[in-house]
Amino acid sequence: MATYLIRRLLIAIPSLLGISLILFTVLALAPGDPFSEMATNPNVPPEVREAIRASFGLNDPIFVRYLRWLSAMAQGDWGFSFASRINVDQLILQRLPTTLFVVGSSQILALCVALPVGIYAATRPYSVFDQIANTLAFIGFSLPTFFTGLLFILLFSVTLDWFPFVYRSDIAATGWRWYWEMFRQAIMPITVLGLFQAASYTRYVRSSVLDVIRLDYVTTARAKGLSERKVTLRHITRNALIPVVTLVALQMPAVFGGALVTEQIFRVPGIGSLLIDAILANDTPVIMAVTFVFACLVVLFNLIADVLYGWLDPRISFS
Amino acid sequence: MKDQEIRGLIADVKEGTLSRRSFIQKMAAVGIAAPIASQILVWNDVAMANATLEYKPTKAGGGGPLKILLWQAPTLLNPHFASGTKDQIASRIFYEPLAGWDKEGNLIPCLAAEVPTKANGGLSADGLSVTWKLKPGVKWHDGKPFTADDVVFTWEYAKEPATAAYTTGSYTNIKVEKVDDLTVKVIFQQPTPFWADPFVGTVGQILPKHRFGDYVGAKSREAPDNLKPIGTGPYKFVDFKPGDVLTGERNPDYHIKNQPAFDTLEVKGGGDAVSAARAVLQTGEYDYAWNLQVEDEVLKRMETGGRGKVSTVPSGDIEFIILNPTDPWTEVDGERSSVKTKHPTLSDPKVREAINLLIDRDSVQKFIYGRGGIATASFVNEPKQFKSTKLKYEFNIDKANKILDEAGWKKGSDGIREKDGKKLKYVFQTSINAPRQKTQAIIKQACQRAGIDLELKSVTASVFFSSDVANPDTYTKLYVDMEMYTTTQPQPDPERFLNQFVSWEIANKENKWLGRNVSRYSDPAADEAYKAAQKELDPAKRAALLIKVNEIFCEANIILPLLSRTRVAAAANNVMHDHSGWDVDTWNIAAWYRS
Repeated sequence: MATYLIRRLLIAIPSLLGISLILFTVLALAPGDPFSEMATNPNVPPEVREAIRASFGLNDPIFVRYLRWLSAMAQGDWGFSFASRINVDQLILQRLPTTLFVVGSSQILALCVALPVGIYAATRPYSVFDQIANTLAFIGFSLPTFFTGLLFILLFSVTLDWFPFVYRSDIAATGWRWYWEMFRQAIMPITVLGLFQAASYTRYVRSSVLDVIRLDYVTTARAKGLSERKVTLRHITRNALIPVVTLVALQMPAVFGGALVTEQIFRVPGIGSLLIDAILANDTPVIMAVTFVFACLVVLFNLIADVLYGWLDPRISFS
Repeated sequence: MKDQEIRGLIADVKEGTLSRRSFIQKMAAVGIAAPIASQILVWNDVAMANATLEYKPTKAGGGGPLKILLWQAPTLLNPHFASGTKDQIASRIFYEPLAGWDKEGNLIPCLAAEVPTKANGGLSADGLSVTWKLKPGVKWHDGKPFTADDVVFTWEYAKEPATAAYTTGSYTNIKVEKVDDLTVKVIFQQPTPFWADPFVGTVGQILPKHRFGDYVGAKSREAPDNLKPIGTGPYKFVDFKPGDVLTGERNPDYHIKNQPAFDTLEVKGGGDAVSAARAVLQTGEYDYAWNLQVEDEVLKRMETGGRGKVSTVPSGDIEFIILNPTDPWTEVDGERSSVKTKHPTLSDPKVREAINLLIDRDSVQKFIYGRGGIATASFVNEPKQFKSTKLKYEFNIDKANKILDEAGWKKGSDGIREKDGKKLKYVFQTSINAPRQKTQAIIKQACQRAGIDLELKSVTASVFFSSDVANPDTYTKLYVDMEMYTTTQPQPDPERFLNQFVSWEIANKENKWLGRNVSRYSDPAADEAYKAAQKELDPAKRAALLIKVNEIFCEANIILPLLSRTRVAAAANNVMHDHSGWDVDTWNIAAWYRS
């Protein structure tokens, strides 16, 4: 087990280096300029623009810039944002709680919907309930979040006037009122994201339960005279959920990475909107940091998923 | 308008037979923008006018929260690093300049006790210096007094190249001296007719010496106040999350009595213009949204909700087309569109004249921009005293056909005109932006009817407006026959703005295409008039010279102005606000109130 872990971690190093090199090169080759707004401003003389570019090291060759970034990153210095001139780690930490709350809650919501619906649908395959659940699941993951998001805004904010559609991280109220306001503003983005995710989870849960339900030990359990409820929860679900656990573990990086589109629509100040703003402003240090952290999380959670799998399923061993 | 006539009008204002307002309107009618008109009056010792919002509340505070939504989020709060309007708007809540510009282009004192004039001794007769008297009793948010030292320090801070301030252009060629604690003298290297630039408006916000003194030069990035400002403004800083939200609270010691009216202030950023308009006009979640580059029809539909209204103010921004007089398809010395080449067909003035007749400016205004722009034939439109009255536009396909026929451009079998084997086929480029693509389509249709074929090209704005030397699609490269964009005139004086019409600013490989003259066209007469205007202290003569520069380019049909853009904002019905096309939207935020 320990050797397996060490081997996996060692393999991760070259792959992360490769990822960072590709990210950096693509960003450096992409068109655009962090100082484009200066270009149309006659008050900024060209010499000043050049001096600022030079002072931010933008005129050096890509290779030099990459090595400089890499050595700084290795020492824990993530660089500073061109747009706000503050350190990138500070920017990311400011955004993290909101993203964890919104995307995390939506994942929980997705599981709360997907597990009961998926299991119930699989125990009664091709029943009316299964057909409806299937249809809804298909609709759910066919509709992109930017569409359902706008639909929710038009319905619940503009027409019905129930919820605000601008997410504020600085609600002025305290106590219960704060929780209430927080709930009101978070409910639309969480629902949009949660239902989208729930749709695909439902399909997974249903199919893995269906796989297990036909196995002999389930028949044995029933033959022993166990109640249907006990058979479903104890014997079927526990075994059926092993692949689902892996799936959820692989979704975890997204919880940290935020939801690009939904955050933009509801103005949720999370990592996703930070990344979009940084991309639009060509703010390379921020883009690099966010994408690289995301890459690290993907590698890490892949490893966690594999380890978890071995722990849940004794048939798999790492020796 | 001749300068003799302007003089006559000034005399009328002095005698009181003509009101300031009608003087400015008259000047506007002849194309002299309001700020220039009012500068003409100041020069002639007529007191400054004031088009600011009338302030009605009788006590400070009690107005509850003010919620502003910027669809581009502010990312830093140091006005001298502010790369975009969003940051300037946010910084202006806390920092103030000596004076700002109102919507008619009048200079309104802020940290200055009065606007310098010849009468009060502020302006020297030789145009070499300006003396500002500072307002006494102004305090920084931490209680320290505001003095001339802070003003002098701001100059030292911004002029230092290592500070990397975006405002440095306004401070490098001047000297600033402290006369006494409440007086500073700005000394120019040569006679400067437009003196209201350093310490004025967006570039002029004063920084506290005691907070920034240790952060001049390369250390400028480390100043904690870049994100936690301590200024003199009407609201004090509470919290700031870059790219998200900024909060402030009322400054009880603000230097104007009974201001500001609101208790707290929130500036939220992010999203897009359409949903920002919706949050103000339809759901009422926010009180004010800025820079609504949204089709007017959409805004009108939202306004029917009755929760808020849209307001527009004139600005110096101009949407225009460049006809490239050089050859964009031949490479000479490693660059295309080199001034050493000549465009095979667009170098014919008749062709350019015909194209100018094929632009249906009225329809573009009516169907696309609505309240967002006013059709014009002049490159400079505001302040009115700088607008050319001579330039007129016309949409006439028959006349264009006639001109081309007479010039010998005959229609070929494919309906496209040609002469000596050269066809009137052009690539017409602009940035990706729905109104621009619609405008392109309108022009293409009209050109087709005159036997000119346009190939439409649109480039992502972040590429088009970048200064990426390696990219052929930037607007300064002009590697196409025609291109269209908006250029901004930051001050109510067009001198610096018109440097895009002088020969020494032509964008080329040597200056890495950073030159301001994108059209590549030059005319010795324009150069001469521009140089003369730079030294001319008499505002009327100076206006006439600058108008001449404008007319030379527009009459040559190299520059085809389309629309004089307005600044569009939306506010809740009961929020009294005061935005200006010559300054940032928050320039007078102290005077906003809820009725």
